[in-house]
Amino acid sequence: MDTKLVLPGDLIGERKGRRFGRGTFVEGENVYSAVLGIPRASEVEISVIPMSGVYLPVMGDRVIGTIKSVEVSGWTVDINSPYTAFLPLAEAVDEYVDTSREDISRFFDVGDVIFCRISKVTKGMNVQASMRDMMSRKLFSGAILNVTPSKIPRIIGKAGSMVQLIKQKTKCDIYTGQNGLVWIRGDDKAKAIETILMIERESHLKGLTEKVEKMLG
Amino acid sequence: MGKKSDVQLIVDGKRTDGRAPEDVRPISMRLDVVSRANGSAEVSFGKTTAVAAVYGPRTLFPRFMQESDTGIIRTRYNMAPFSVVDRKSPGPDRRSTEISKVVRLALEPSIFLEDFPKATIDVYVEIIQADGSTRVTGINAASLALVAAGAPMKDMVTAVSVGKIDDTLIVDLNGTEDQNSQSDVAVAIMPRTDRITLLQMDGVLTKDEVMTVLSFAKENCHKINEQQKKLLLEKYTGE
Repeated sequence: MDTKLVLPGDLIGERKGRRFGRGTFVEGENVYSAVLGIPRASEVEISVIPMSGVYLPVMGDRVIGTIKSVEVSGWTVDINSPYTAFLPLAEAVDEYVDTSREDISRFFDVGDVIFCRISKVTKGMNVQASMRDMMSRKLFSGAILNVTPSKIPRIIGKAGSMVQLIKQKTKCDIYTGQNGLVWIRGDDKAKAIETILMIERESHLKGLTEKVEKMLG
Repeated sequence: MGKKSDVQLIVDGKRTDGRAPEDVRPISMRLDVVSRANGSAEVSFGKTTAVAAVYGPRTLFPRFMQESDTGIIRTRYNMAPFSVVDRKSPGPDRRSTEISKVVRLALEPSIFLEDFPKATIDVYVEIIQADGSTRVTGINAASLALVAAGAPMKDMVTAVSVGKIDDTLIVDLNGTEDQNSQSDVAVAIMPRTDRITLLQMDGVLTKDEVMTVLSFAKENCHKINEQQKKLLLEKYTGE
């Protein structure tokens, strides 16, 4: 990864019919950066990976959330973002539940940590979460680490290679949420945390995998 | 204000602190001075020092302030009681309320607020040492802090003050000059497009002088902006 960085207002290049994605804006035919980050220009899309910033939910993201409150037919979930997500009962539980008789806190209660998917985001930033897939689950015990959301792909690595490496070497269970939260459980937790924080710090530099390998021995 | 000063503030083309009329005081900038903020910066123009901290985008409370189609920006400009020679009584007053507003209006055009409906970006500007030109120093610090916080922006905002003393136009007024000036203009621009986001004038200037003031301001803003950019890039490219 080269270290060329752009600042807000910096010209990235001509649009040439390409899509302009996250962290960019267009004036006339030129695409400019809107954030401090690493520019990515391909044949089809121009975008900038920001170096900092809060998490804004996007449909399809897998996130780690904490249950904030239990409602009549669902839960509000804190997803480490300016916006909270709503997890409807039907998106979380397979069995039939009579909400007039039963308290749904037996499924998820305030403070529970879940790994879920963002299933819907409206223009007004009403966010809906879903647990209707194989990966989604409740996470028990463990520690949650807060990193910059845009660095999560780097922690995961190409096809999950980096996180696999950490899992293997430290024998920890690790879940990475695209909202910048990493959930870790295992005996060698400290080492995993140390490694992930190092990746966050040096995510824009070269030779990260080698460094991680060396660090984990 | 508006008339010539009693004391001679420009002698042999040199100002009280030895600067030439078009010189800016030595500038120092630092990032990440407030650890719990999303982005923060400290900027000094000579003795004037401002610390800016940016929080958010974050959920906006009270809820009635939320706008369903856009985010908002809230700013607070505050002078510390110890920032001036005679202790300033703490808390907001007429002056700081006004400056809070003009700082907000200076920053607002640069930010893509529509990217985060119902949310807010909170900008806190604390003047910890005041020696003239505090609002422009505050804007420069706030702009750095916003970029560091990762807020989506069209451009950075850079500001400088230009004034008139003994019929000479001077750049970046210090405290003494500020009190004895014939005129004092605060200018903030977005350097890429040279769009003006803040223009406040005290005192009297002719039309020609105003045009000169603007060209001085733009020229110096570009120089300051180069420093701002350099600092931000250095944060990630090492030393």
